[in-house]
Amino acid sequence: MTIPVPPGQLYDCRDAFVATLEALAQKNSDIIAVCNDSVGSSKLGGFRDRWPDRLVNVGIAEQNMVGVGAGLANGGKIPFVCAASCFLTGRALEQIKADIAYTNTNVKLCGISSGMAYGELGPTHHSIEDFAWIRALPNIPVIAPADRAETIAAVEWSAQYEGPVFLRLSRVGVPDLLPEGHVFELGKANMLRDGTDLTIIANGVLTHRAMAAAQVLAARGVSARVLNMATVRPIDRDAVLAAANETGAILTCEEHTVFGGLGSAVAEVVVETRPVPMKLLGVPGIFAPTGSANFLLDEFGMSPEGIAASAAELMKKKA
Amino acid sequence: MTPSELRVIANRIRRRDLQAVFEAGAGHIGGEMSVTDILTALYFRVLNIDPAHPDVPDRDRLVLSKGHTACALYVTLAEKGFIPKDEISTFLKPHSRLNGHPNRTKVPGVEANTGPLGHGLPIGVGMAMAAKLDKADWRTFVVTGDGEMQEGSNWEAIMAAAQFKLDNLTLIIDHNRLQQGARVADTNNVAPFAPKLEAFGWAVEEIDGHDMAAISAALDRGAITPGKPKCIVAHTFKGKGVSFMTDDVAWHHKVPSADQYKQAMRELEEAV
Repeated sequence: MTIPVPPGQLYDCRDAFVATLEALAQKNSDIIAVCNDSVGSSKLGGFRDRWPDRLVNVGIAEQNMVGVGAGLANGGKIPFVCAASCFLTGRALEQIKADIAYTNTNVKLCGISSGMAYGELGPTHHSIEDFAWIRALPNIPVIAPADRAETIAAVEWSAQYEGPVFLRLSRVGVPDLLPEGHVFELGKANMLRDGTDLTIIANGVLTHRAMAAAQVLAARGVSARVLNMATVRPIDRDAVLAAANETGAILTCEEHTVFGGLGSAVAEVVVETRPVPMKLLGVPGIFAPTGSANFLLDEFGMSPEGIAASAAELMKKKA
Repeated sequence: MTPSELRVIANRIRRRDLQAVFEAGAGHIGGEMSVTDILTALYFRVLNIDPAHPDVPDRDRLVLSKGHTACALYVTLAEKGFIPKDEISTFLKPHSRLNGHPNRTKVPGVEANTGPLGHGLPIGVGMAMAAKLDKADWRTFVVTGDGEMQEGSNWEAIMAAAQFKLDNLTLIIDHNRLQQGARVADTNNVAPFAPKLEAFGWAVEEIDGHDMAAISAALDRGAITPGKPKCIVAHTFKGKGVSFMTDDVAWHHKVPSADQYKQAMRELEEAV
């Protein structure tokens, strides 16, 4: 499916998420939405109006919400369990481990407003640990789409995939990056820009910042490859190895703590295959100060200029 | 199947469970003896299930939320024909399908990978919702321990089950009054259950959890209150069937010595 968006506008990918979910639900009556009083923040109002019986709102009770998802899947349904990512992954982590991952249950976990999307609401509402928590569990692909087209593709892919999925979705506006009709492939990075001097790897709301940084670098005569790495698990080992071999340095950017997220996943491949200098940008192991998501990303060195500056520093370490 | 026939099967399951725990040198024998009559009634009288087709969509579901009593479930599943009886001898052995807590992806007939307490009832709520959405008449049963009811997730699920009017869901609380380290009453006294569950909008029945006729009657489809989920508070004894284990907190996961094993087996054989 496609969703028209005026050129140059920033887009809230939750809209693509629910539009795709509703289109899938129209065709498949087994698709159920489950939420924790988050009909508004998960943008499920339209779904509820069309299929009131198939919107299961369990109230403010995340452990039960994930267990209910597992039970619905056991009963043949395809539940999309939607909640603010901080509560879904933090409050219900043991349910995700035992009921979803270990049982290998066909539940789609949708972490809405992930990362620092809740900005000024503070670290209780930030979800900057979810890559680390969920990618430590067997059986669950971890996916963070970068834009409208990739969100549509990832939701469509998740619905047809037989097994658990963690979709990490934001509400922070992003521009279009991937082509209309983009097809999602699990564990495959998209090279958005080729380059020879270093590789910048990003996903989610960081991908467009990485692209802007590559433009800054190009103006300074530095050729940066940009990989959009939506799948954090399973990581695209071939793309990482090619980046190490062909560009000799890797800079990762993520809306997540640098402990255990995308950068760590990339580093695990790099140290085992082709060690090259790396720099991991993200939240540097602190609880964030007050500020909007975009302010905080800038604050932690992930403005296009900040990323470009880190790239320049990293280049100095190349052999 | 009559209550006396069920008693014979339950006795056989207790003896096989005792042997498995003794040979493996580990298990949760106290809670296995308390839940055996409930499992026997479910598998041999109530549940609409077919061991040859463990995944048919309209089967009844049983979730053993007190997953640490897995050995009793494995023996029951073997007795029913889901797994070979001689496989019980592999309990807890390296690479056996039968580890200390049940695994749906490995053992046919297991519906959920339980172990951490407070997981089974939310899953059961989801199962019952799935049946309602399909307007199907298969039923969902969840068995919890009484100490397990201290987990807050159960009460989230209890609220949801009443809200969604899940009269196709039955919770059986194995109320043996003992948790791992002490009496429930001396730890965090969640009992009495009946007034709490009733206040949450459930239909509640209290029974002797070792009386096969009472268990069977309470689980009967005719005992459902339309529009309300059902809770059966089954009053049981930890270590039921073995005199020196009965109602003794020490037998939560103690393993009998050779002499104790002989005595326990003799008592169970004499009870047939």
